[in-house]
Amino acid sequence: MHEIDIPKVYETVYHKQLDNGLDIYLYPKQDVEKTFAIFSTNYGSIDQSFSPINQKEMVTVPDGIAHFLEHKMFEKEDGDVFQQFSERGASANAFTSFTETAYLFSSTTEIEANVETLLDFVQNPYFTEESVEKEKGIIEQEIRMYDDQADWRLFFGTIDSMYRHHPVRIDIAGTVESINDITADDLYTCYNTFYHPGNMQLVIAGQFDPQQMMRLIEQNQNEKSFDIPPEIDRDYGDEPIVVDQSEKTIKMPINTPKCMVGIKEKPEALEPNVLLENDLIRDLALDIYFSKSGLHYESLYQEGLVIDSLRLEYMLEKSFGFTAIGASTMEPEKFGQRVKEMLHSIKTDQIDQDAFERVKKKKYGELLREYNNLETVASNIIQYHQLGLDFRDVFPTLEQLTVDRFQEKLQSWIDEDQITVCSIVPEGE
Amino acid sequence: MNTLVDNQIDHQDYQLHMIPTTKFKTNTIALKFARPIERDTITNRALLPFVLQKGTKNFPSERELRLELDRLYGAKFSINGAKKGENHIITLTLDLPNEKFIDAENDLLKQGVQFLQEVVANPKLIDQAFDPDLVAKEKETLENKINSIVDEKMQYANMRLVDEMCQDESFGIRSHGYIDDLDSIDGTTLYDTYQDMIKHDRLDIYVVGDVEDEVVKQLFESEFQLARQNPVEIKEADQADADQVSTISEAQKVQQAKLHFGYRTKITYRDENYPALQVFNGIFGGFPHSKLFLNVREKHSLAYYAASRFESHKGLLFVFSGIAPEKYEEAKDIIMKQHESIQEGNISDDELEQTKKAIIHSLKETLDRSRGIIDWHYQQVIGGKQETNQDVIDAIQAVTKDDVIKVANLVALDTIYLLTSEDGGAQDA
Repeated sequence: MHEIDIPKVYETVYHKQLDNGLDIYLYPKQDVEKTFAIFSTNYGSIDQSFSPINQKEMVTVPDGIAHFLEHKMFEKEDGDVFQQFSERGASANAFTSFTETAYLFSSTTEIEANVETLLDFVQNPYFTEESVEKEKGIIEQEIRMYDDQADWRLFFGTIDSMYRHHPVRIDIAGTVESINDITADDLYTCYNTFYHPGNMQLVIAGQFDPQQMMRLIEQNQNEKSFDIPPEIDRDYGDEPIVVDQSEKTIKMPINTPKCMVGIKEKPEALEPNVLLENDLIRDLALDIYFSKSGLHYESLYQEGLVIDSLRLEYMLEKSFGFTAIGASTMEPEKFGQRVKEMLHSIKTDQIDQDAFERVKKKKYGELLREYNNLETVASNIIQYHQLGLDFRDVFPTLEQLTVDRFQEKLQSWIDEDQITVCSIVPEGE
Repeated sequence: MNTLVDNQIDHQDYQLHMIPTTKFKTNTIALKFARPIERDTITNRALLPFVLQKGTKNFPSERELRLELDRLYGAKFSINGAKKGENHIITLTLDLPNEKFIDAENDLLKQGVQFLQEVVANPKLIDQAFDPDLVAKEKETLENKINSIVDEKMQYANMRLVDEMCQDESFGIRSHGYIDDLDSIDGTTLYDTYQDMIKHDRLDIYVVGDVEDEVVKQLFESEFQLARQNPVEIKEADQADADQVSTISEAQKVQQAKLHFGYRTKITYRDENYPALQVFNGIFGGFPHSKLFLNVREKHSLAYYAASRFESHKGLLFVFSGIAPEKYEEAKDIIMKQHESIQEGNISDDELEQTKKAIIHSLKETLDRSRGIIDWHYQQVIGGKQETNQDVIDAIQAVTKDDVIKVANLVALDTIYLLTSEDGGAQDA
């Protein structure tokens, strides 16, 4: 177990990789009440075509299966795992993202018992055809709930419009039709391939003793046997560099239209050695231009093209990446047009040193604020780990970024055919 | 557990609450202006937070205001209005990094207090009134926001349920205001509302963070002055009886129906039955182990969510569920049966114990967030009862099964609200 000091915030994290491949990060913090634990696999909704464990040929599984699997992990032969956490007053949960499936709990008593339960239930799958069938009704309701949410449809509509083949374009939960095809065997195939400890990380943050906690985890893991970690081939399709559609309109029974402009990343921006820097650059660029202190936000507001605030998103992963700027707007077409113009003007804009230092200051404050929250720190550790990065690197990367470098990197960010505009308009218009 | 101390100072113009803790890397300051909610002024008060954020005398545009926040290392600032029982509260919250973590800074907190003083005491005025153009623009923003509530089905259903249930009570007044009132609002009338708020609202100020009381006290003495006189008293909510159960049904283009229930508990924060009400709610629908979740979702796969929540300062309890439209009758029966089952004493020891643990856990978790700490303490101001976190835990521990049964029999169903699809289950309703 080695110590990782985080100098800026005076905190310490402990790391160890076990023989079975599992990476463990412990972040003790004595002044908080609770402990938060997250057990995550580097497997998300985009991992649909892959070479299963002990098999050479690629298979493709139904849309939404990672999320379905997440739901089914909680059900065991002797009942529901939620119950075990509940009995100790802990609250458990799970989520599936594009690239990750994670199981988590927060608890203020009986932490060690909860950690054991977390490890044991995720490492002990139990799927039957009957229980798989029963889950379909619940997930169907979940999908339909999202279908009614305009913000959700806007976000996924934008991604779908940018990507032609890459599975990021598919809703994380799949569709009512696709989940109907899922079988217990499919779930085992995915589980056995992606839930190997070598593909997983455990982060625990909160009130505990790190030495004692590490011993407990090691003991738990030593009692279980695992195969050698598999080499997993993942196929995301042959994705064109440019966006699939430059415009897309979705009709929904809503009152207030919405519009989102998406910028698809070029693959070179996602290379491991530049990914973190580019991630920061997107963040700072959104701040300079589109946050409430941004020039472009002010114009959009004055022109009556945005109701209240903008929705700003950016996501850079190894196999896909995008930035998005969205809003509720009475004039979606005009909003899309103006935002596009603004994005193109970034190339020729001169950013002054003061403005750049100001957004760096702001970002630094935001990084400090992340340490207010155990969940945020733990999620960051996992995300960085899965990208092959050190979570502390964000501090020096930010410090070293100069206005010249920033300006230079913005030059290659946006071309016309990287941009898509997605709108949601009321039905009958 | 760590006991939090609210070091309170009775200033002639406000109550200053200082809650020192080392949990956070930032300091949070909240100003809470409160008065009984009134139909005549609610739309003005709903509009004020929008206008106050758009500029001050020295930062005359929203952008300049936000640039100042960027300079304060990305301080997070918000103003919002909310209903607590039958009072309306306007809260200004500023969260800024603790200067201990920034090498080059030593008076960030002071700058933060100065910023709040500027926003509260120096709004941007033209001839002793708010800028008419700005007011016109923000009226439009508020109108758009009110109009888009119908697009958020869960929120819309909650609002409609309270509309119907509390038509003759001041709790039924919508905290975001009414479109019909907007015409009569201008820069002058809004300025009157503002002055009334600054002068006469009850004002509580909270400071949470790793900072010494003496420093905070001095800062407010020297940097914060308001012209205050004769502050109003906050109001204790009126209680009405649940006579006959009324059922309201509405149809819209939705995929998922929303089935919401409104109950009267007549139990508010200061009531001796309040801890038992918390436990009742926990057994009924507050947690994933609750009867509603287990029966409506897990056992019958009728809904993606089914939960209950109570209103601490009015004496109401609500059930929410998202169901397939055709399952209305079935879901309604199952929800009502869960309540009856608790009334009949169908509560296992496990259920009781688990629920108590979960309530205590969620209290502790709340106290790990600075806004949670503020809201929890402020609840005592509104509720008119002072207690420590340990008192609350002891009170929850002391609740017996009989106490819960007693409360279950005090809780009376008043209104059922169904938002359903235009084709689907409407005929069932």
